[in-house]
Amino acid sequence: MQNGSGSTLQIADSTGGVFTVLLAGAWSIQQGLPSVEEALGKLKSGQGVKKIIFDCTALTGWDSGLLTQLTKIAALCDSQNIALDTSGLPEGLQRLLALAIAIPERKGARKTAIRDPFLVRVADATFNLQAGSRDALTFIGDVTLALGRLMSGKARFRKAELFFLMQSCGAEALPIVCLISLLVGLILAFVGAVQLQMFGAQIYVASLVGIGMVRVMGAIMTGIIMAGRTGAAFAAELGTMQVNEEIDALQTMGISPMEFLVLPRMIALTVMMPLLCVYADLMGILGGLVVGVGMLDLGVMEYYNQTVISLNLTHFWIGLFYSAVFGVLVALCGCLRGMQCGRSASAVGTATTSAVVTSIVCIIVATAIITVICNVLGI
Amino acid sequence: MPQPEPHITVTDLTMAYGTYVLQHDLNFTVNRGDIFIIMGGSGCGKSTLLRHLVGLKQPAKGKVMYGVTSFWDADPDERDRIMRGVGILYQSGALWSSMTLAENIALPLKEYSRLSKSEISEIVSLKLALVGLAGFDDYYPSEISGGMKKRAGLARAMALDPEILFFDEPSAGLDPVSAKLLDDLIIQLRDSLGSTIVVVTHELASIFAIGNNSVFLDPDSKTMIAQGNPRMLLKECPDPKVHTFLTRAGSV
Ligand SMILES: Nc1ncnc2c1ncn2[C@@H]1O[C@H](COP(=O)(O)OP(=O)(O)O)[C@@H](O)[C@H]1O
Ligand SMILES: [Mg+2]
Repeated sequence: MQNGSGSTLQIADSTGGVFTVLLAGAWSIQQGLPSVEEALGKLKSGQGVKKIIFDCTALTGWDSGLLTQLTKIAALCDSQNIALDTSGLPEGLQRLLALAIAIPERKGARKTAIRDPFLVRVADATFNLQAGSRDALTFIGDVTLALGRLMSGKARFRKAELFFLMQSCGAEALPIVCLISLLVGLILAFVGAVQLQMFGAQIYVASLVGIGMVRVMGAIMTGIIMAGRTGAAFAAELGTMQVNEEIDALQTMGISPMEFLVLPRMIALTVMMPLLCVYADLMGILGGLVVGVGMLDLGVMEYYNQTVISLNLTHFWIGLFYSAVFGVLVALCGCLRGMQCGRSASAVGTATTSAVVTSIVCIIVATAIITVICNVLGI
Repeated sequence: MPQPEPHITVTDLTMAYGTYVLQHDLNFTVNRGDIFIIMGGSGCGKSTLLRHLVGLKQPAKGKVMYGVTSFWDADPDERDRIMRGVGILYQSGALWSSMTLAENIALPLKEYSRLSKSEISEIVSLKLALVGLAGFDDYYPSEISGGMKKRAGLARAMALDPEILFFDEPSAGLDPVSAKLLDDLIIQLRDSLGSTIVVVTHELASIFAIGNNSVFLDPDSKTMIAQGNPRMLLKECPDPKVHTFLTRAGSV
């Protein structure tokens, strides 16, 4: 029962049912506490314990480390009807101990962790899923209604805010879109080049990159960039507004948050996403050109001509369609998670994470669906 | 003395988050021109009660009547009309952070009045001056202190000269002098505009200085255990919990 700082707690032998607890040394949380289980066990099993007193002559220092051990002894005394005489303790310790045991623990205040049976948890998860889908559908319905009011000229939001949002999710995203799509074009070209060179068909790198970027890769890359960049920002902004009661303030003022906050974000992203996508397409082709000219010794005009020959407007429109769909999806997920956000800082974090994850899943699923549909339609 | 005219009547209200009942069977009436205090310890559901009164949260059971209209049974247009007569100062101020103070106050005016731009900006300056923030029109909420945010929030709540004003812990986080000034302002608003005022607070000084009616919510029994004028409650209420609260556990 001895440790580094020499603090000890011992039980002296009893005299007529009165046990003396001997405290010694300097008790300190930082130095580590001696184990007192043995001493407590002795008290618990000791027959005929009527009273406990303390002897602190050898105690040189104490802090709340000692206090926690004393509360254990006090609890023991309480449950076994043993008298506790604290007069032997230092005065400060007496007062703190009295404070610690003055208010008994409220029944039911402590949370009990009950783990539900497996089937119950499965059922809960299913119902949650159902509730989640219902929320999402309600949200989409609300957005559609707001859009309807916009069409009939009744929706209210600030034009200045719309332009600000367009700027922040359009123009300000150009550098990152530029970098990523340039590199994706480069990578596509590089992977293709290695294979095509074996057949002497390196000129088709231009077709590969052109069609790949314009038809789908440009849209997917911008979609994913915007999910991480703008979708997350939407969720965090709206979530923080939820925490600050700003959304409540709008609602009680009779201003629909759907129109005032969600609608401009949806519009801004849905408009800017196709524009960014066109830019990404160009950058991707530029990346391919770098590989074509630098690695495959193709001429710039040669590469350009091949790209123009292999591309047609159908590819371009399909790419734009993808990106408009992604714009809607990313804005929807971001705003939905933001509006659903709870009222704490950690809830904002959860909302942001969930917005990004949901957006990316939606993007990939939508890509699959649209690709299959295009295939069936033969375009 | 004129006959008191009920402004808000709450009957058998039960408030719950999911299955967790916060308070049940609340019954009280706020009369026109009252300064009505909702009091109780932290976490007993005062803010939640406020959210029920202003139509942000639907009751699990019971009714909230504005005059003779039951809020939750009314159609959306009627609800909008009721809410237009209501101003709320939120616990955190809840100013819209992407707008300046002037824009914050101007927004409800733009929505619900036919005033011209210059008239609106005059009213905005007036409201800011009323709460002692003249000249802060172009500041953003992040650029002013907590107490100033509260006052700006009050200016916004007063923008449409509402018939009824709700305050959620107006003096929390203010120094005693500012808190006193805010109390005075509340009384002046009642006297000059004739507004009904509902205040959530646990500041004893405010409770006695401004309140003429109140309810006391108790977290243990999960219902209201006292109502009436706080000064009378202090003298006459038999319940020891209320007495402990109103005397700050005997220290006053
Ligand atoms: N959105 C929520 N979901 C579940 N419980 C909540 C929610 N908001 C508040 N509560 C609970 O309701 C209780 C009362 O909250 P509140 O009305 O803010 O109390 P106060 O009286 O301090 O204003 C708190 O104990 C809190 O845990
Ligand atoms: Mg509160």
